[in-house]
Amino acid sequence: MHPTVTTRTRASGITAVVAVLLIIAAIALPTVADRGVIKDLFFILTMLTLAQYWNLLAGYGGLVSVGQQAFVGLGAYGLFGAAIAWGMDPVLALPLGGVFALIIAIPTAFFAFRLAGAYFAIGTWVVAEVVRLSVAQWKAVGGGTGTSLPRGVQTDMTGTALVESLFGIRSAAAQDVVAFWLALALAVLTIGGIYLMLRSKAGLALAAVRDNAEAARSVGVNAVRMKWVVYLAAAFGTGLTGALIYLQKGRISPDAAFSVTDWTAYVVFIVVIGGIGTIEGPIIGIVVFFVLQTLFADYGSTYLLALGLIGVLVMLFAPRGIWGLISERTGLQFFPIRRTLHVPRGSGRKAGP
Amino acid sequence: MSLDTIVQGILLGGLYTLFAAGLSLVFGIMRLVNLAHGDLIVMGAYLILLLVGALGLNPFLAALIAAPLMFALGWALQRLVLNRVLGPDILPPLLVTFGLSIVVQNGLLMGFTADSQRISAGALETASVDLGPVTLGIMPLLTFGSAIAVILVLNWIFYRTALGRAFRATSDDPVTASLMGIRPKAIFAQATGLAMVIVTIAALYLGMRANFDPTIGPARLIYAFEAVIIGGLGSLWGTLAGGIIIGVAQTLGAAVNPEWQILAGHIAFLAVLLVRPRGLFPRAFD
Repeated sequence: MHPTVTTRTRASGITAVVAVLLIIAAIALPTVADRGVIKDLFFILTMLTLAQYWNLLAGYGGLVSVGQQAFVGLGAYGLFGAAIAWGMDPVLALPLGGVFALIIAIPTAFFAFRLAGAYFAIGTWVVAEVVRLSVAQWKAVGGGTGTSLPRGVQTDMTGTALVESLFGIRSAAAQDVVAFWLALALAVLTIGGIYLMLRSKAGLALAAVRDNAEAARSVGVNAVRMKWVVYLAAAFGTGLTGALIYLQKGRISPDAAFSVTDWTAYVVFIVVIGGIGTIEGPIIGIVVFFVLQTLFADYGSTYLLALGLIGVLVMLFAPRGIWGLISERTGLQFFPIRRTLHVPRGSGRKAGP
Repeated sequence: MSLDTIVQGILLGGLYTLFAAGLSLVFGIMRLVNLAHGDLIVMGAYLILLLVGALGLNPFLAALIAAPLMFALGWALQRLVLNRVLGPDILPPLLVTFGLSIVVQNGLLMGFTADSQRISAGALETASVDLGPVTLGIMPLLTFGSAIAVILVLNWIFYRTALGRAFRATSDDPVTASLMGIRPKAIFAQATGLAMVIVTIAALYLGMRANFDPTIGPARLIYAFEAVIIGGLGSLWGTLAGGIIIGVAQTLGAAVNPEWQILAGHIAFLAVLLVRPRGLFPRAFD
């Protein structure tokens, strides 16, 4: 028998089973949970999705962006534009939000990639500012003051009528249920998609580029192409999520949709505190963030100051976050991507020392 | 009208050069991009405001007192925080300074509320000189003159003093520099302290020329950054050129439509990036 390479661990098998059970439970949840819980979960799922995309970009791709709010806003405005100009069903317009973000991401990547390393970060910020200021000039969607989704468009949204009659609830509550299911689907597809990608050849190439770009190039990895793939994938996913967030909000303005605090600072906090460069990290991070947000968000700037301080302290003393501390002590890996070599017994070679 | 617009833009570029010089200095020596730079400028403005209010001082005198305090703050910040995260990985310093930016911004909001403030400079605010075709404000002229002075002094420090030699050596190769008896971490702390003195000067003019509030820091960081990139990394005179380009683009944009002021500056930056990705006068190769 030949030695085999695998990424599977015992914990990953359990994860798969638990994940399927959790997803089924979440799908069924609107039958019992009230509207407040559904809204909270919508917030958690969408922030988790944003965090996973930022983590893909910064944690795996080494591309630290502080301008992802550009794509949240572009996705949202793509959706609003399609719904207002063409009266499109917002659920069907969701992918359009992602595509809109993707299209704008191509020229912006061209600019941002001209800046190396740390300057890339501020480059993405400039791009986000340019996008925000430009969208504020777009009069059809309300310019600087923003606009709302047309009422009819929202109530006629795909699935709303079905949920209304199924659960016997009012239209506004039914819209929240539909948005929740969409957020659930998006989060599951995102985490699953990123996990599969990291386990594939592309993921290996990505890790190689992150760890040592020169060495990766010398064994034939196209580092530039990997950067483009990751940047564009994150832009599309972030745009899609942004579109969904504002589909649920129903009202948009440039300052809110392109907010650095809401769509980048919070997201960075979630990833950093949970553990950057792991899939488990953002999942833990969103739980911590949600608890803090629920308990202390009323304290306004004190709360934000504390978040910033926690983020700085984590980076200083536990740069791999909470998940880093846990997996260091226990060796647990729920989403293993590390390839381990298994040498069957009796093949004449011993694995390890 | 257009000559006046351009001259005003050039003078505005002086302010952006002041924003940028500290950023450029720190990046040049330790390859650190401080995302809190803009917020630190705003903090400096509040410190001067506080000194003016509490001691009834002239703003320039207040800045003179604020400068050593800001130097100490920068020195401590580098010693206690930033030196710990410097390394080949760019992620930790970026995230730490991003966190710091949020801390400073919200700390200022707590201490001074969101109300906009201004450092009063008395008659100086409105004084001007008439030069025939254009009328120049004394304040913009002073700002521009200070920017030139800052660049001259920095160049003098860099090329004529032992400290400057240590800066250049550490910038080129910290390991070899440390073999020659230079302690890179101590040098970094002095560099950040010096950058904070420049930040104080920038803060003085920021506060005297226009209203400010705790949230305007990130926008100043962006202007500073654009000036540095346009000029080319490592070139202080280039940074001045970059500041002037942003300033002129903004005043020209504002002359067409007031809403386009900021956007025009950003577009000028992107245009330069498109034609000269390494800036106009690149010196550092990294």
